[in-house]
Amino acid sequence: MELSLVWTIAQRELREALKNKWLWFYAAAFAGLALALSQAGLASAGYAGLGGFGRTAASLVNALLLFVPLMGLSVGAGALAGDRERGTLLYLLAQPVNRAEIFFGKAVGAALALFAALGLGFGLAGLGLASAGDGNAAAYLSLAAFTFLLALTSLGLGFVISALTRKGATAAGAALIVWLVLVFFGDLGLMGATLALRPTPGTLLGMLLANPLQIFKLAAIYSLRATLDTLGAVGQSAYFQFGNALPFVLLALLAGWIVVSFGIAFTLFNRPGDA
Amino acid sequence: MTPPVSIRVDQFTKRYGRVIALQNVSFDAAPGEALALWGPNGAGKTTLLKAMLGLIDFQGRIQIEGNDVRRAGKIARRQIGYVPQEALFYDLSVQATLEFYARLKKAGSARVARLLERVGLGEHARKPVPALSGGLKQRLALAVALLADPPILLLDEPTANLDTQARRDYLALLAALHHEGKTILFASHRIEEVEALADRVLMIKDGRLAETTTPEALHAQLSTEVELTLWISDAQRAQAKACLDDQGIPARLNGRGTVIVRVRAEQKMQPLELLNACGVSVLNFELEQVASWN
Repeated sequence: MELSLVWTIAQRELREALKNKWLWFYAAAFAGLALALSQAGLASAGYAGLGGFGRTAASLVNALLLFVPLMGLSVGAGALAGDRERGTLLYLLAQPVNRAEIFFGKAVGAALALFAALGLGFGLAGLGLASAGDGNAAAYLSLAAFTFLLALTSLGLGFVISALTRKGATAAGAALIVWLVLVFFGDLGLMGATLALRPTPGTLLGMLLANPLQIFKLAAIYSLRATLDTLGAVGQSAYFQFGNALPFVLLALLAGWIVVSFGIAFTLFNRPGDA
Repeated sequence: MTPPVSIRVDQFTKRYGRVIALQNVSFDAAPGEALALWGPNGAGKTTLLKAMLGLIDFQGRIQIEGNDVRRAGKIARRQIGYVPQEALFYDLSVQATLEFYARLKKAGSARVARLLERVGLGEHARKPVPALSGGLKQRLALAVALLADPPILLLDEPTANLDTQARRDYLALLAALHHEGKTILFASHRIEEVEALADRVLMIKDGRLAETTTPEALHAQLSTEVELTLWISDAQRAQAKACLDDQGIPARLNGRGTVIVRVRAEQKMQPLELLNACGVSVLNFELEQVASWN
Protein backbone atom coordinates (compact mmCIF):
# COMPACT_ATOMS: atom_id res chain seq x y z
CA MET A 1 0.00 0.00 0.00
CA GLU A 2 1.45 3.37 -1.04
CA LEU A 3 0.74 6.03 1.57
CA SER A 4 1.09 8.86 -0.95
CA LEU A 5 -1.84 7.40 -2.91
CA VAL A 6 -3.87 6.94 0.29
CA TRP A 7 -3.25 10.59 1.15
CA THR A 8 -4.18 11.78 -2.37
CA ILE A 9 -7.50 9.97 -2.13
CA ALA A 10 -7.97 11.14 1.47
CA GLN A 11 -7.52 14.78 0.46
CA ARG A 12 -10.15 14.47 -2.25
CA GLU A 13 -12.50 12.66 0.10
CA LEU A 14 -11.98 15.33 2.77
CA ARG A 15 -12.88 18.06 0.27
CA GLU A 16 -15.96 16.08 -0.80
CA ALA A 17 -17.05 15.39 2.79
CA LEU A 18 -16.59 19.02 3.79
CA LYS A 19 -19.08 19.91 1.05
CA ASN A 20 -21.65 17.70 2.78
CA LYS A 21 -24.29 20.14 4.06
CA TRP A 22 -25.67 17.61 6.53
CA LEU A 23 -22.28 17.25 8.21
CA TRP A 24 -22.15 20.99 8.82
CA PHE A 25 -25.80 21.11 9.84
CA TYR A 26 -25.17 18.47 12.52
CA ALA A 27 -21.92 20.18 13.53
CA ALA A 28 -23.65 23.56 13.82
CA ALA A 29 -26.55 22.05 15.76
CA PHE A 30 -24.13 20.30 18.10
CA ALA A 31 -22.05 23.47 18.56
CA GLY A 32 -25.18 25.56 19.22
CA LEU A 33 -26.49 23.03 21.71
CA ALA A 34 -23.09 22.75 23.41
CA LEU A 35 -22.87 26.53 23.73
CA ALA A 36 -26.41 26.75 25.10
CA LEU A 37 -25.69 23.96 27.57
CA SER A 38 -22.50 25.64 28.75
CA GLN A 39 -24.41 28.89 29.38
CA ALA A 40 -27.31 27.08 31.06
CA GLY A 41 -24.90 25.07 33.20
CA LEU A 42 -23.14 28.22 34.35
CA ALA A 43 -26.41 29.94 35.08
CA SER A 44 -27.63 27.03 37.19
CA ALA A 45 -24.28 26.98 39.00
CA GLY A 46 -24.84 30.56 40.04
CA TYR A 47 -28.37 29.76 41.17
CA ALA A 48 -27.98 26.40 42.83
CA GLY A 49 -24.33 26.46 43.66
CA LEU A 50 -23.67 23.21 41.78
CA GLY A 51 -20.60 22.54 39.69
CA GLY A 52 -21.36 24.24 36.37
CA PHE A 53 -18.82 22.27 34.34
CA GLY A 54 -19.91 18.84 35.55
CA ARG A 55 -23.53 19.60 34.76
CA THR A 56 -22.70 21.07 31.36
CA ALA A 57 -20.44 18.17 30.46
CA ALA A 58 -23.04 15.58 31.52
CA SER A 59 -25.64 17.31 29.35
CA LEU A 60 -23.08 17.44 26.57
CA VAL A 61 -22.66 13.65 26.75
CA ASN A 62 -26.36 13.18 25.97
CA ALA A 63 -26.08 15.59 23.04
CA LEU A 64 -22.99 13.77 21.78
CA LEU A 65 -24.79 10.43 21.99
CA LEU A 66 -27.37 11.79 19.54
CA PHE A 67 -25.25 13.81 17.15
CA VAL A 68 -21.95 11.96 16.81
CA PRO A 69 -23.34 8.59 15.60
CA LEU A 70 -25.61 10.43 13.18
CA MET A 71 -22.66 12.34 11.74
CA GLY A 72 -20.37 9.31 11.53
CA LEU A 73 -22.98 6.96 10.10
CA SER A 74 -24.19 9.41 7.45
CA VAL A 75 -20.69 10.39 6.28
CA GLY A 76 -19.54 6.74 6.25
CA ALA A 77 -22.65 5.47 4.48
CA GLY A 78 -22.18 7.91 1.62
CA ALA A 79 -18.46 7.32 1.18
CA LEU A 80 -18.51 4.21 -1.04
CA ALA A 81 -22.17 3.90 -2.04
CA GLY A 82 -22.33 7.45 -3.41
CA ASP A 83 -19.26 6.92 -5.57
CA ARG A 84 -20.51 3.53 -6.68
CA GLU A 85 -23.87 4.97 -7.71
CA ARG A 86 -22.26 7.85 -9.64
CA GLY A 87 -19.87 5.48 -11.41
CA THR A 88 -16.82 7.34 -10.10
CA LEU A 89 -15.77 4.34 -7.99
CA LEU A 90 -15.46 2.10 -11.04
CA TYR A 91 -13.37 4.74 -12.78
CA LEU A 92 -11.16 5.12 -9.71
CA LEU A 93 -10.68 1.34 -9.48
CA ALA A 94 -9.56 1.35 -13.13
CA GLN A 95 -6.58 3.53 -12.17
CA PRO A 96 -3.23 2.17 -10.90
CA VAL A 97 -4.38 2.06 -7.27
CA ASN A 98 -5.47 -0.95 -5.27
CA ARG A 99 -8.63 -1.38 -3.26
CA ALA A 100 -6.86 -0.94 0.08
CA GLU A 101 -5.51 2.45 -1.00
CA ILE A 102 -8.96 3.57 -2.11
CA PHE A 103 -10.69 2.25 1.01
CA PHE A 104 -8.24 3.70 3.53
CA GLY A 105 -7.93 6.94 1.58
CA LYS A 106 -11.67 7.37 1.79
CA ALA A 107 -11.72 6.39 5.46
CA VAL A 108 -8.95 8.84 6.40
CA GLY A 109 -10.58 11.67 4.43
CA ALA A 110 -13.99 11.04 5.98
CA ALA A 111 -12.48 10.80 9.47
CA LEU A 112 -10.65 14.10 9.01
CA ALA A 113 -13.88 15.76 7.90
CA LEU A 114 -15.66 14.40 10.98
CA PHE A 115 -12.86 15.57 13.26
CA ALA A 116 -13.04 19.03 11.69
CA ALA A 117 -16.79 19.25 12.32
CA LEU A 118 -16.51 17.89 15.87
CA GLY A 119 -13.48 20.08 16.57
CA LEU A 120 -15.58 23.10 15.67
CA GLY A 121 -18.34 22.01 18.06
CA PHE A 122 -15.96 21.22 20.90
CA GLY A 123 -14.00 24.40 20.26
CA LEU A 124 -17.06 26.63 20.50
CA ALA A 125 -18.37 24.85 23.58
CA GLY A 126 -14.92 25.01 25.17
CA LEU A 127 -14.76 28.74 24.48
CA GLY A 128 -18.15 29.15 26.12
CA LEU A 129 -16.96 27.37 29.24
CA ALA A 130 -13.58 29.05 29.33
CA SER A 131 -15.07 32.54 28.92
CA ALA A 132 -16.91 32.05 32.23
CA GLY A 133 -13.73 30.83 33.89
CA ASP A 134 -15.27 27.45 34.61
CA GLY A 135 -14.12 24.05 33.46
CA ASN A 136 -11.75 21.18 33.78
CA ALA A 137 -9.51 21.13 30.75
CA ALA A 138 -8.24 17.58 31.30
CA ALA A 139 -11.75 16.14 31.67
CA TYR A 140 -12.93 18.13 28.67
CA LEU A 141 -10.09 16.86 26.49
CA SER A 142 -10.72 13.32 27.69
CA LEU A 143 -14.37 13.68 26.70
CA ALA A 144 -13.30 15.01 23.30
CA ALA A 145 -10.93 12.06 22.80
CA PHE A 146 -13.65 9.50 23.58
CA THR A 147 -16.00 11.42 21.29
CA PHE A 148 -13.54 11.14 18.42
CA LEU A 149 -13.36 7.38 19.06
CA LEU A 150 -17.16 7.16 18.99
CA ALA A 151 -17.10 9.14 15.74
CA LEU A 152 -14.66 6.64 14.24
CA THR A 153 -16.80 3.70 15.40
CA SER A 154 -19.88 5.26 13.80
CA LEU A 155 -17.87 5.99 10.67
CA GLY A 156 -16.76 2.34 10.54
CA LEU A 157 -20.37 1.16 10.84
CA GLY A 158 -21.28 3.67 8.12
CA PHE A 159 -18.59 2.17 5.89
CA VAL A 160 -20.04 -1.33 6.48
CA ILE A 161 -23.42 -0.03 5.29
CA SER A 162 -21.74 1.70 2.35
CA ALA A 163 -19.87 -1.45 1.32
CA LEU A 164 -23.14 -3.40 1.34
CA THR A 165 -25.28 -0.96 -0.64
CA ARG A 166 -25.18 0.23 -4.23
CA LYS A 167 -27.21 3.43 -3.96
CA GLY A 168 -26.55 6.52 -1.88
CA ALA A 169 -30.19 6.88 -0.82
CA THR A 170 -30.37 3.24 0.34
CA ALA A 171 -27.17 3.72 2.33
CA ALA A 172 -28.49 6.92 3.93
CA GLY A 173 -31.75 5.16 4.89
CA ALA A 174 -29.88 2.20 6.35
CA ALA A 175 -27.63 4.56 8.30
CA LEU A 176 -30.69 6.22 9.81
CA ILE A 177 -32.11 2.84 10.85
CA VAL A 178 -28.81 1.79 12.45
CA TRP A 179 -28.69 5.13 14.26
CA LEU A 180 -32.24 4.61 15.59
CA VAL A 181 -31.33 1.09 16.72
CA LEU A 182 -28.16 2.22 18.48
CA VAL A 183 -29.58 5.36 20.07
CA PHE A 184 -33.14 4.42 20.97
CA PHE A 185 -33.73 0.71 20.60
CA GLY A 186 -30.39 0.00 22.29
CA ASP A 187 -31.66 1.63 25.47
CA LEU A 188 -35.20 0.26 25.12
CA GLY A 189 -33.90 -3.23 24.37
CA LEU A 190 -31.68 -3.11 27.39
CA MET A 191 -34.58 -2.00 29.59
CA GLY A 192 -36.80 -4.70 28.15
CA ALA A 193 -34.14 -7.35 28.65
CA THR A 194 -33.59 -6.17 32.22
CA LEU A 195 -37.30 -6.50 32.98
CA ALA A 196 -37.72 -9.81 31.20
CA LEU A 197 -34.50 -11.59 32.12
CA ARG A 198 -33.62 -9.90 35.40
CA PRO A 199 -29.89 -10.24 34.67
CA THR A 200 -27.17 -9.79 37.26
CA PRO A 201 -25.33 -6.45 37.13
CA GLY A 202 -22.38 -8.24 35.54
CA THR A 203 -24.53 -9.69 32.73
CA LEU A 204 -26.21 -6.33 32.29
CA LEU A 205 -22.78 -4.73 32.00
CA GLY A 206 -21.88 -7.25 29.28
CA MET A 207 -25.07 -6.41 27.38
CA LEU A 208 -24.33 -2.74 27.82
CA LEU A 209 -20.85 -3.07 26.38
CA ALA A 210 -22.22 -4.69 23.21
CA ASN A 211 -23.42 -1.23 22.18
CA PRO A 212 -20.60 1.22 21.34
CA LEU A 213 -22.80 4.13 22.41
CA GLN A 214 -23.09 2.68 25.91
CA ILE A 215 -19.32 2.12 26.04
CA PHE A 216 -18.89 5.79 25.17
CA LYS A 217 -21.45 6.81 27.78
CA LEU A 218 -19.63 4.87 30.50
CA ALA A 219 -16.25 6.24 29.39
CA ALA A 220 -17.51 9.80 29.16
CA ILE A 221 -19.19 9.78 32.57
CA TYR A 222 -16.19 8.12 34.14
CA SER A 223 -13.79 10.63 32.61
CA LEU A 224 -15.94 13.56 33.78
CA ARG A 225 -16.67 12.48 37.31
CA ALA A 226 -14.28 9.58 37.92
CA THR A 227 -17.20 7.68 39.46
CA LEU A 228 -20.04 5.70 37.94
CA ASP A 229 -22.50 6.13 40.79
CA THR A 230 -24.93 7.82 38.45
CA LEU A 231 -25.24 4.57 36.49
CA GLY A 232 -26.33 2.66 39.60
CA ALA A 233 -25.60 -1.03 39.99
CA VAL A 234 -24.18 -1.42 36.49
CA GLY A 235 -21.72 1.41 37.04
CA GLN A 236 -20.73 -0.04 40.38
CA SER A 237 -20.31 -3.46 38.79
CA ALA A 238 -18.11 -2.00 36.06
CA TYR A 239 -15.91 -0.26 38.59
CA PHE A 240 -15.87 -3.36 40.80
CA GLN A 241 -14.78 -5.58 37.90
CA PHE A 242 -12.18 -3.35 36.27
CA GLY A 243 -11.19 -0.84 38.94
CA ASN A 244 -8.83 1.90 37.74
CA ALA A 245 -8.28 -0.03 34.49
CA LEU A 246 -11.88 0.72 33.49
CA PRO A 247 -11.09 3.68 31.16
CA PHE A 248 -8.47 1.56 29.40
CA VAL A 249 -10.92 -1.33 29.04
CA LEU A 250 -13.48 1.06 27.57
CA LEU A 251 -10.82 2.55 25.32
CA ALA A 252 -9.86 -0.93 24.11
CA LEU A 253 -13.52 -1.82 23.51
CA LEU A 254 -14.08 1.29 21.41
CA ALA A 255 -10.84 0.62 19.54
CA GLY A 256 -12.07 -2.95 18.99
CA TRP A 257 -15.32 -1.64 17.53
CA ILE A 258 -13.34 0.62 15.20
CA VAL A 259 -11.03 -2.17 14.02
CA VAL A 260 -13.85 -4.69 13.59
CA SER A 261 -16.23 -2.33 11.80
CA PHE A 262 -13.59 -1.03 9.37
CA GLY A 263 -12.27 -4.59 8.99
CA ILE A 264 -15.70 -5.90 7.99
CA ALA A 265 -16.23 -2.94 5.66
CA PHE A 266 -12.87 -3.52 3.96
CA THR A 267 -13.49 -7.26 3.59
CA LEU A 268 -16.82 -6.50 1.92
CA PHE A 269 -15.31 -3.82 -0.29
CA ASN A 270 -12.39 -6.05 -1.25
CA ARG A 271 -14.61 -8.78 -2.72
CA PRO A 272 -13.65 -9.48 -6.33
CA GLY A 273 -16.13 -7.92 -8.66
CA ASP A 274 -17.43 -5.41 -6.15
CA ALA A 275 -17.30 -2.17 -8.05
CA MET B 1 11.70 -16.27 -31.34
CA THR B 2 8.15 -15.51 -30.21
CA PRO B 3 6.84 -12.09 -31.24
CA PRO B 4 6.37 -9.51 -28.44
CA VAL B 5 2.90 -9.37 -26.95
CA SER B 6 1.28 -6.34 -25.38
CA ILE B 7 -2.00 -7.94 -24.35
CA ARG B 8 -2.53 -11.68 -23.95
CA VAL B 9 -5.98 -13.12 -23.23
CA ASP B 10 -5.94 -16.84 -22.69
CA GLN B 11 -9.07 -18.99 -22.30
CA PHE B 12 -11.03 -16.11 -20.77
CA THR B 13 -14.41 -17.19 -19.41
CA LYS B 14 -16.85 -15.09 -17.41
CA ARG B 15 -20.00 -16.43 -15.81
CA TYR B 16 -22.74 -14.46 -14.08
CA GLY B 17 -24.39 -17.18 -12.04
CA ARG B 18 -25.47 -19.79 -14.56
CA VAL B 19 -25.24 -17.41 -17.49
CA ILE B 20 -22.01 -17.58 -19.47
CA ALA B 21 -21.20 -14.10 -20.73
CA LEU B 22 -17.99 -15.05 -22.52
CA GLN B 23 -16.36 -18.45 -22.98
CA ASN B 24 -12.83 -19.48 -23.91
CA VAL B 25 -11.86 -16.19 -25.51
CA SER B 26 -8.18 -16.10 -26.47
CA PHE B 27 -6.19 -13.56 -28.47
CA ASP B 28 -2.96 -11.56 -28.43
CA ALA B 29 -2.32 -7.94 -29.32
CA ALA B 30 1.10 -6.98 -30.59
CA PRO B 31 2.71 -3.70 -29.48
CA GLY B 32 1.33 -0.82 -31.52
CA GLU B 33 -1.57 -2.84 -32.85
CA ALA B 34 -5.15 -1.56 -32.77
CA LEU B 35 -7.79 -4.21 -32.17
CA ALA B 36 -11.53 -3.71 -32.32
CA LEU B 37 -13.84 -5.83 -30.18
CA TRP B 38 -16.87 -6.05 -32.41
CA GLY B 39 -20.27 -7.27 -31.35
CA PRO B 40 -23.81 -6.16 -30.57
CA ASN B 41 -24.80 -4.61 -27.24
CA GLY B 42 -24.58 -7.21 -24.50
CA ALA B 43 -22.00 -9.30 -26.37
CA GLY B 44 -19.56 -9.05 -23.47
CA LYS B 45 -17.16 -6.42 -24.82
CA THR B 46 -17.27 -4.26 -21.69
CA THR B 47 -16.98 -7.36 -19.51
CA LEU B 48 -13.71 -8.24 -21.20
CA LEU B 49 -12.34 -4.70 -20.79
CA LYS B 50 -13.32 -4.68 -17.11
CA ALA B 51 -11.55 -8.01 -16.62
CA MET B 52 -8.39 -6.54 -18.16
CA LEU B 53 -8.54 -3.79 -15.57
CA GLY B 54 -8.94 -6.33 -12.78
CA LEU B 55 -12.40 -5.02 -11.94
CA ILE B 56 -14.19 -8.36 -12.14
CA ASP B 57 -13.40 -11.94 -11.30
CA PHE B 58 -13.03 -14.41 -14.18
CA GLN B 59 -11.58 -17.74 -15.27
CA GLY B 60 -8.60 -17.95 -17.58
CA ARG B 61 -5.64 -15.61 -17.76
CA ILE B 62 -5.04 -12.06 -18.91
CA GLN B 63 -1.58 -10.54 -19.15
CA ILE B 64 -0.83 -6.88 -19.76
CA GLU B 65 2.77 -6.30 -20.83
CA GLY B 66 3.58 -9.61 -19.15
CA ASN B 67 1.76 -8.78 -15.89
CA ASP B 68 -1.04 -11.04 -14.74
CA VAL B 69 -4.01 -8.77 -13.99
CA ARG B 70 -5.11 -10.89 -11.04
CA ARG B 71 -1.75 -11.19 -9.33
CA ALA B 72 -0.28 -7.81 -10.31
CA GLY B 73 -3.37 -5.76 -11.07
CA LYS B 74 -1.92 -2.43 -10.02
CA ILE B 75 1.24 -2.91 -12.12
CA ALA B 76 -0.90 -4.03 -15.06
CA ARG B 77 -3.13 -0.96 -14.71
CA ARG B 78 -0.02 1.27 -14.80
CA GLN B 79 0.43 0.09 -18.39
CA ILE B 80 -3.15 0.97 -19.31
CA GLY B 81 -5.01 4.16 -20.08
CA TYR B 82 -8.74 3.48 -19.83
CA VAL B 83 -11.51 5.48 -21.46
CA PRO B 84 -15.00 4.31 -20.48
CA GLN B 85 -18.06 4.77 -22.64
CA GLU B 86 -19.17 7.62 -20.42
CA ALA B 87 -16.48 8.90 -18.10
CA LEU B 88 -17.82 9.99 -14.72
CA PHE B 89 -15.76 12.45 -12.76
CA TYR B 90 -15.88 14.12 -9.38
CA ASP B 91 -17.26 17.61 -9.07
CA LEU B 92 -13.93 19.34 -9.69
CA SER B 93 -12.58 21.66 -12.36
CA VAL B 94 -10.96 20.16 -15.46
CA GLN B 95 -7.51 21.17 -14.20
CA ALA B 96 -8.12 19.81 -10.67
CA THR B 97 -9.46 16.55 -12.12
CA LEU B 98 -6.36 16.05 -14.20
CA GLU B 99 -4.12 16.98 -11.25
CA PHE B 100 -5.92 14.46 -9.00
CA TYR B 101 -5.44 11.59 -11.46
CA ALA B 102 -1.89 12.80 -12.22
CA ARG B 103 -1.01 12.34 -8.53
CA LEU B 104 -2.49 8.83 -8.62
CA LYS B 105 -0.47 8.04 -11.73
CA LYS B 106 2.63 9.90 -10.56
CA ALA B 107 2.63 12.22 -13.57
CA GLY B 108 4.08 15.71 -13.34
CA SER B 109 2.25 19.03 -13.73
CA ALA B 110 4.05 19.68 -17.03
CA ARG B 111 2.36 16.57 -18.41
CA VAL B 112 -1.03 17.91 -17.28
CA ALA B 113 -0.48 21.19 -19.10
CA ARG B 114 0.72 19.41 -22.25
CA LEU B 115 -2.26 17.06 -22.32
CA LEU B 116 -4.75 19.87 -21.75
CA GLU B 117 -3.47 21.44 -24.95
CA ARG B 118 -3.19 18.18 -26.86
CA VAL B 119 -6.81 17.14 -26.33
CA GLY B 120 -8.08 20.69 -26.85
CA LEU B 121 -9.13 21.41 -23.27
CA GLY B 122 -6.71 24.29 -22.63
CA GLU B 123 -9.41 26.95 -22.71
CA HIS B 124 -11.72 24.83 -20.52
CA ALA B 125 -9.16 24.13 -17.77
CA ARG B 126 -10.96 26.20 -15.12
CA LYS B 127 -14.45 24.99 -15.95
CA PRO B 128 -16.15 22.52 -13.61
CA VAL B 129 -16.34 19.09 -15.24
CA PRO B 130 -20.16 18.86 -15.00
CA ALA B 131 -20.36 21.96 -17.22
CA LEU B 132 -18.53 20.22 -20.08
CA SER B 133 -20.29 18.71 -23.09
CA GLY B 134 -20.17 14.95 -23.65
CA GLY B 135 -17.46 15.37 -26.27
CA LEU B 136 -15.25 17.44 -23.97
CA LYS B 137 -15.75 14.94 -21.13
CA GLN B 138 -14.54 12.17 -23.43
CA ARG B 139 -11.51 14.31 -24.27
CA LEU B 140 -10.87 14.72 -20.56
CA ALA B 141 -11.12 10.95 -20.11
CA LEU B 142 -8.56 10.52 -22.88
CA ALA B 143 -6.27 13.06 -21.21
CA VAL B 144 -6.59 11.15 -17.90
CA ALA B 145 -5.82 7.91 -19.76
CA LEU B 146 -2.67 9.43 -21.26
CA LEU B 147 -1.30 10.98 -18.05
CA ALA B 148 1.28 8.29 -17.38
CA ASP B 149 1.97 7.83 -21.10
CA PRO B 150 0.89 4.17 -20.96
CA PRO B 151 1.71 1.83 -23.85
CA ILE B 152 -1.87 0.49 -23.95
CA LEU B 153 -5.21 2.21 -24.36
CA LEU B 154 -8.47 0.44 -23.55
CA LEU B 155 -11.48 2.25 -24.95
CA ASP B 156 -15.07 1.24 -24.36
CA GLU B 157 -17.18 2.52 -27.25
CA PRO B 158 -15.28 5.79 -27.12
CA THR B 159 -17.48 7.78 -29.48
CA ALA B 160 -20.86 6.27 -28.63
CA ASN B 161 -22.20 9.46 -27.06
CA LEU B 162 -20.64 11.99 -29.42
CA ASP B 163 -22.16 13.93 -32.29
CA THR B 164 -20.77 13.58 -35.80
CA GLN B 165 -18.17 16.35 -35.65
CA ALA B 166 -17.02 15.44 -32.13
CA ARG B 167 -16.76 11.80 -33.20
CA ARG B 168 -14.64 12.71 -36.22
CA ASP B 169 -12.28 14.88 -34.11
CA TYR B 170 -12.01 12.22 -31.44
CA LEU B 171 -11.22 9.47 -33.92
CA ALA B 172 -8.50 11.71 -35.41
CA LEU B 173 -6.96 12.03 -31.93
CA LEU B 174 -7.06 8.25 -31.46
CA ALA B 175 -5.64 7.63 -34.91
CA ALA B 176 -2.70 9.92 -34.06
CA LEU B 177 -2.08 7.95 -30.86
CA HIS B 178 -2.18 4.71 -32.83
CA HIS B 179 0.31 6.21 -35.27
CA GLU B 180 2.58 7.05 -32.31
CA GLY B 181 2.71 3.36 -31.43
CA LYS B 182 0.10 2.91 -28.71
CA THR B 183 -1.50 -0.50 -28.49
CA ILE B 184 -5.23 0.11 -28.67
CA LEU B 185 -8.05 -2.27 -27.81
CA PHE B 186 -11.48 -0.79 -28.20
CA ALA B 187 -15.02 -2.07 -27.98
CA SER B 188 -17.25 -0.89 -30.75
CA HIS B 189 -20.32 -1.52 -32.81
CA ARG B 190 -19.70 1.38 -35.17
CA ILE B 191 -18.12 0.52 -38.49
CA GLU B 192 -16.67 4.05 -38.93
CA GLU B 193 -14.72 3.65 -35.65
CA VAL B 194 -13.39 0.31 -36.76
CA GLU B 195 -12.43 1.57 -40.21
CA ALA B 196 -10.72 4.64 -38.79
CA LEU B 197 -8.70 2.85 -36.16
CA ALA B 198 -8.51 -0.93 -36.22
CA ASP B 199 -5.85 -3.18 -37.71
CA ARG B 200 -7.81 -6.29 -36.78
CA VAL B 201 -11.36 -6.99 -35.67
CA LEU B 202 -12.30 -9.57 -33.06
CA MET B 203 -15.91 -10.52 -33.66
CA ILE B 204 -17.74 -11.66 -30.55
CA LYS B 205 -20.89 -13.65 -31.04
CA ASP B 206 -22.91 -15.82 -28.68
CA GLY B 207 -20.34 -15.40 -25.93
CA ARG B 208 -17.42 -16.60 -28.05
CA LEU B 209 -14.73 -15.11 -30.23
CA ALA B 210 -16.36 -16.13 -33.48
CA GLU B 211 -13.85 -14.74 -35.94
CA THR B 212 -10.84 -12.50 -36.36
CA THR B 213 -11.08 -10.39 -39.46
CA THR B 214 -10.00 -7.10 -41.05
CA PRO B 215 -11.97 -3.83 -41.06
CA GLU B 216 -12.32 -4.14 -44.85
CA ALA B 217 -13.76 -7.63 -44.61
CA LEU B 218 -16.12 -6.50 -41.86
CA HIS B 219 -17.25 -3.58 -43.98
CA ALA B 220 -17.89 -5.86 -46.94
CA GLN B 221 -19.76 -8.28 -44.72
CA LEU B 222 -21.92 -5.54 -43.23
CA SER B 223 -22.71 -3.82 -46.48
CA THR B 224 -23.63 -7.01 -48.31
CA GLU B 225 -27.30 -6.14 -48.49
CA VAL B 226 -29.60 -3.20 -48.35
CA GLU B 227 -33.36 -3.17 -48.02
CA LEU B 228 -35.30 -0.82 -50.27
CA THR B 229 -38.80 0.24 -49.29
CA LEU B 230 -40.55 1.59 -52.37
CA TRP B 231 -43.69 3.72 -52.33
CA ILE B 232 -45.73 2.92 -55.44
CA SER B 233 -49.33 3.84 -56.20
CA ASP B 234 -52.03 1.19 -55.59
CA ALA B 235 -52.65 0.83 -59.32
CA GLN B 236 -49.05 -0.03 -60.15
CA ARG B 237 -48.00 -2.02 -57.09
CA ALA B 238 -48.79 -5.50 -58.48
CA GLN B 239 -47.10 -4.55 -61.76
CA ALA B 240 -44.00 -3.45 -59.85
CA LYS B 241 -43.80 -6.73 -57.97
CA ALA B 242 -44.19 -8.74 -61.19
CA CYS B 243 -41.54 -6.62 -62.94
CA LEU B 244 -38.99 -7.14 -60.17
CA ASP B 245 -39.82 -10.84 -59.73
CA ASP B 246 -39.38 -11.40 -63.49
CA GLN B 247 -35.88 -9.94 -63.30
CA GLY B 248 -34.90 -12.22 -60.44
CA ILE B 249 -35.27 -9.64 -57.65
CA PRO B 250 -37.77 -11.09 -55.18
CA ALA B 251 -40.17 -8.40 -54.03
CA ARG B 252 -42.86 -8.47 -51.40
CA LEU B 253 -45.77 -6.22 -50.60
CA ASN B 254 -46.25 -5.17 -47.03
CA GLY B 255 -49.27 -3.99 -45.11
CA ARG B 256 -48.36 -0.29 -45.43
CA GLY B 257 -48.79 -0.45 -49.19
CA THR B 258 -45.12 -0.48 -50.07
CA VAL B 259 -42.96 -2.86 -52.05
CA ILE B 260 -39.88 -4.18 -50.35
CA VAL B 261 -36.82 -5.63 -52.01
CA ARG B 262 -33.47 -6.72 -50.65
CA VAL B 263 -30.43 -6.42 -52.93
CA ARG B 264 -26.67 -6.31 -52.70
CA ALA B 265 -25.44 -2.89 -51.65
CA GLU B 266 -23.63 -2.22 -54.91
CA GLN B 267 -26.82 -3.01 -56.88
CA LYS B 268 -29.18 -0.73 -55.01
CA MET B 269 -30.01 1.35 -58.12
CA GLN B 270 -31.05 -1.72 -60.14
CA PRO B 271 -34.64 -2.06 -58.81
CA LEU B 272 -35.29 1.64 -59.50
CA GLU B 273 -33.94 1.35 -63.03
CA LEU B 274 -35.95 -1.82 -63.70
CA LEU B 275 -39.18 -0.26 -62.47
CA ASN B 276 -38.53 2.79 -64.63
CA ALA B 277 -38.04 0.52 -67.64
CA CYS B 278 -41.32 -1.27 -66.82
CA GLY B 279 -43.13 2.08 -66.71
CA VAL B 280 -43.70 2.01 -62.95
CA SER B 281 -43.41 5.33 -61.10
CA VAL B 282 -41.64 5.16 -57.78
CA LEU B 283 -43.17 7.90 -55.60
CA ASN B 284 -40.59 7.64 -52.83
CA PHE B 285 -38.15 5.20 -51.32
CA GLU B 286 -36.19 4.45 -48.16
CA LEU B 287 -32.87 2.69 -47.97
CA GLU B 288 -31.72 0.72 -44.98
CA GLN B 289 -28.45 -1.12 -44.59
CA VAL B 290 -29.07 -4.61 -43.34
CA ALA B 291 -26.53 -5.01 -40.55
CA SER B 292 -25.80 -8.62 -39.96
CA TRP B 293 -23.96 -10.03 -36.95
CA ASN B 294 -23.56 -13.33 -38.76
